[in-house]
Amino acid sequence: MRAGLSALLSHWLRHPVQLAMLMLGLALATALWSGVQAINAEARASYDSAAAVLGQNRMERIVSQDGGPVAQDLYVALRRDGWKVSPVVEGRLPATDLRLLGIDPLTLPAGATSVPLRGGADLADFLSGGGRLYLNPETAAGLRPDGLPALRTDPGLPPGTGLTDVGVAQRLLGMEGRLSYLLVSPGAQPDRPLPQGLVRRAPDDGTDIARLTDSFHLNLTAFGFLAFAVGLFIVNSAIGLAFEQRRAMLRTLRALGLSARTLMGLVLLELLVLALAAGMTGIGLGYLVAAALLPDVAATLRGLYGAEVTGTLSLRPGWWLAGLGMAMAGTLLAAGQSLWRLWHLPLLAPAQPRAWARASARSLWRQGVAGAALLGLAAGLLAFGTGLGAGFGGLAALLIGAALCLPPVLILVTGLGGRMARGALVQWFWADTRQQVPGLSLALMALLLALAANIGVGTMVSSFRQTFVGWLDQRLASELYVTARSAQEARRLEAWLAPRTDAVLPILSAGTPLFGRPGEVYGITDHPTYRDNWPLLAALPDVWGRIAAGQGLMVNEQLYRAEALALGDAVDLPGGPLPVVGVYSDYGNPRPQVLMAPEALMARFPDTPRLRFGLRVDPDRAGALAAALVADFGLPDGAVVDQATLKALSLQVFERTFAVTAALNVLTLGIAGLAMVASLLTLSGLRLPQVAPVWAMGLTRRRLALLDFARTLLLAALTAMAALPLGLVLAWVLLAVVNVAAFGWRLPMQVFAGDLARLGGIALLAAGVAGLVPVLRLARIAPAALLRVFANER
Amino acid sequence: MNVRALILGFVLALSALPALPQGFADMGRAADGFALPRRGAFSFPADHGAHPDFRIEWWYLTASLTGQDGTPYGAQWTLFRTALAPGEGEGWSSPQLWMGHAAVTTPERHLYAERLARGGIGQAGVTVEPFHAWIDDWQMTTRAAPGADALSALDLTAGGDAFSYALSLEATGPIVAQGEGGYSVKSAAGQASRYYSQPFYGVTGRVTIDGQTVPVTGQAWLDREWSSQPLAPDQTGWDWFSLMFDDGSRLMGFRLRDAGSGFTSATWIAADGTPTPMPPGALRVTPLREADVADRSVPVEWRLELPARGVDVTVTAVNPGAWMGTLVPYWEGPILIAGSHRGRGYLEMTGY
Repeated sequence: MRAGLSALLSHWLRHPVQLAMLMLGLALATALWSGVQAINAEARASYDSAAAVLGQNRMERIVSQDGGPVAQDLYVALRRDGWKVSPVVEGRLPATDLRLLGIDPLTLPAGATSVPLRGGADLADFLSGGGRLYLNPETAAGLRPDGLPALRTDPGLPPGTGLTDVGVAQRLLGMEGRLSYLLVSPGAQPDRPLPQGLVRRAPDDGTDIARLTDSFHLNLTAFGFLAFAVGLFIVNSAIGLAFEQRRAMLRTLRALGLSARTLMGLVLLELLVLALAAGMTGIGLGYLVAAALLPDVAATLRGLYGAEVTGTLSLRPGWWLAGLGMAMAGTLLAAGQSLWRLWHLPLLAPAQPRAWARASARSLWRQGVAGAALLGLAAGLLAFGTGLGAGFGGLAALLIGAALCLPPVLILVTGLGGRMARGALVQWFWADTRQQVPGLSLALMALLLALAANIGVGTMVSSFRQTFVGWLDQRLASELYVTARSAQEARRLEAWLAPRTDAVLPILSAGTPLFGRPGEVYGITDHPTYRDNWPLLAALPDVWGRIAAGQGLMVNEQLYRAEALALGDAVDLPGGPLPVVGVYSDYGNPRPQVLMAPEALMARFPDTPRLRFGLRVDPDRAGALAAALVADFGLPDGAVVDQATLKALSLQVFERTFAVTAALNVLTLGIAGLAMVASLLTLSGLRLPQVAPVWAMGLTRRRLALLDFARTLLLAALTAMAALPLGLVLAWVLLAVVNVAAFGWRLPMQVFAGDLARLGGIALLAAGVAGLVPVLRLARIAPAALLRVFANER
Repeated sequence: MNVRALILGFVLALSALPALPQGFADMGRAADGFALPRRGAFSFPADHGAHPDFRIEWWYLTASLTGQDGTPYGAQWTLFRTALAPGEGEGWSSPQLWMGHAAVTTPERHLYAERLARGGIGQAGVTVEPFHAWIDDWQMTTRAAPGADALSALDLTAGGDAFSYALSLEATGPIVAQGEGGYSVKSAAGQASRYYSQPFYGVTGRVTIDGQTVPVTGQAWLDREWSSQPLAPDQTGWDWFSLMFDDGSRLMGFRLRDAGSGFTSATWIAADGTPTPMPPGALRVTPLREADVADRSVPVEWRLELPARGVDVTVTAVNPGAWMGTLVPYWEGPILIAGSHRGRGYLEMTGY
């Protein structure tokens, strides 16, 4: 048995490149998969801890029906009526990214927070004097605003969250006498209805933010899985090659008396050892990939969804165990075919390597039928399905179906080529190409998937970017945006600005639930700035007039699509419903939003502060006015933002969003290239018996090599041509189905021919580089090796 | 001299305060800006209310009750106030903290609940006119006729997850000043508190356990005390007794346990309300039997002797398991008195 094992392993010593290929493929596949998983796990852990910081994930809350604050007197009245509730004040600290949570530790339900506040000096400090602000160390390091209570760190808190006393939080957030919500203690509560205007809400297990970011994580997962699948193609071809080359040795071992079972066990052992080694390497690489991408992902999630994710990666045992498991399972899956053959290895049959090319035509046709069925399923899902699940399901069916259809289509095309060919050599070329298709099919399928993904995602990103930039230009029409610190300052500011600008446009906003989800209401003044610039997706006639008259509101595209609204439908709001008179696009905002006249907004939300203004001035004078606002009027630096800065900021968020996608795209294409190399190397060894007779008939090795090279390029070109429509369909699905389900907006698709041509070039280049090694080997092969084909059974 | 609650208040203060200064027997430091008790007459009704300049204060009521079938019940209603700093503040910035304890005891069950609240927002507090002490939905409200003392008639409610009670209290005797006219010296070093009691309540009402409501009658005892000074560091715990004899007389006594022989003190209250402070050591207390409760051994039967008044009684816990598993854990429950005198009372034990 030991002899058997050393015989098996000696193969790898003699073929180190093959071993490297196997390890590399498996390690890369595991790396991308586990890297993406690590990022997702880190982000989800952050959401969970954000949701669990006050036990909101386990405890009911009492909130105000209109989404506004709860009066503190109402809280005291509930306590005195026997309700076991605890007050919470929550809000974003002005001029920072800090989410402030104010609590009352005396009534906070036991176990609601990880911060140790029961008893002792900590509690006394927390309650007395200026109070304490508890932060995660990472957040504390980056925070330096004045007027905060003494800082304390607690690693149990999620990033970007500060915990302090309810009274301190009220003061910092300007919420004196008001509370955000009440946390309900588990256990018996009075058997009485709540006072008018208050409702109980079920525990929030972070699903809000999790649902918002779901699509983003699903995107990452899909990419990780694609990369893993492509990596498995490499593993499959490396294992297949090793098996074919060791066929004679295996037969000998069997003939020497090693039972099929033992031999199988040894091969399995060998595979698992290799998988373990490659899997560990892959997990190490995956950690590096994740650590490199996580800051970008965190920035994206913050910019796009307002979700706080820690920028540092922690090693979770579940994660690396899953990674190892994936590596093992992937290896077994990729080796399945070879193991099956080993089990059925005929002891006495000649040990002639049977090139994979012999795979029967029938199985190829079966594969084609399965592929066509999947394509049909994809069409059905995309046409009739709804939601993100159907979108991604359709995508998966589309990609796998197309990949399965590729080999039969190539067979058909090469067959057609052969029939149209003149001359024996050309006919042989077509026939030989056709013969090779089954052997290369896995690598070609990998290339197809990688190319299609690149085309699809690239087209989506470019389309999105084009639309987004155009939209920003229209949307950010005012030259300057200013924010006052108080209502009094705002009044002074308006008076000061009136003679110095063409128009001062107040921007009012209030938070309110829209169709049961947290949403925003904006008030904008009727002004040509908006009438002329704002892009509307749908509108009733005289939409701006109706809004100015308070007879209607506009909804953003997200709300419009999510609730399947139509123009004229009513939107429920405090103070009575209003009909939808227009729809505007609102990229980058995950929440529902409505827009109405400022007067209508103030009538419904009288507490709304009037602090923000858009300023219209001559663009040449904008810089001077901004400087004057700071120098003469005395606004702080950050309170004045000019249009260009705002645009740059928005674009930065956008670029970050897709930086991760681009990085994964490149890696996937790289793995597909490796798969090509692996497959071509495999084939080059097996094809000698087919090449040798042609050589014997007088074709030089050089011409043979050139023909081989041409064949590789031809197959890659055919695959790239197949990838083009597939990629465009993919882009369409991403833009019209997945984006709508995930983000709530639909984008016009724009095809950039230059990008596509460049990608095609890259595909050919990759195939060329991949084909170079076997071609050079063929060009330099010793004639003796070719002769030996005729001399013995090899 | 009611020292039991002082312990509780002290531990509450400890749990909420920065590490206590070493050697807090030093009055100057322990007072920490808080007011110090002075000798003199009480000023009612103002003194029924809170004294926020003092560190600790309580309204402490225990009731020995009987059901229609003769089953003995006990009920406790306590409101503690402790201050992080002297004085009152606006809203949440108030330095006053409040803690409520309520319990119902039967021979088989002991049910209790605890409430905590911040001062300044109205969740808990005490108003003087009309007298009203509350934390959450637990209430002690005056029912006294105009002109009468506010504490002479009270309505009392409280409850927890499985119990509640509503009791009406009617005083049949006067308020009793403890110590020297309400100035109660607590140690040789001179630590003291302001302290008075109303030990003469007759009670009617209802007790509800697991949804079953039982009418009850009986007697109750209210203690009012405020102070700024904690007790000596070597005192490990207290055994405190309030005895309401059938002949109308009352006895309050305690034993202070320390590393040495301990210290006992007592006040004899005649049936007409005249108090007589007893000299230290006049009261002898001897544990007779212990019971295991909450993973510790607690004496639940005692012999009490006060020869000067001819008292030689055995007191037995109605329910040995009357353990208060609150933030500050202690034993508090009703007792039955037999021997030279018969009657009912309450026992509190801390530090076991």
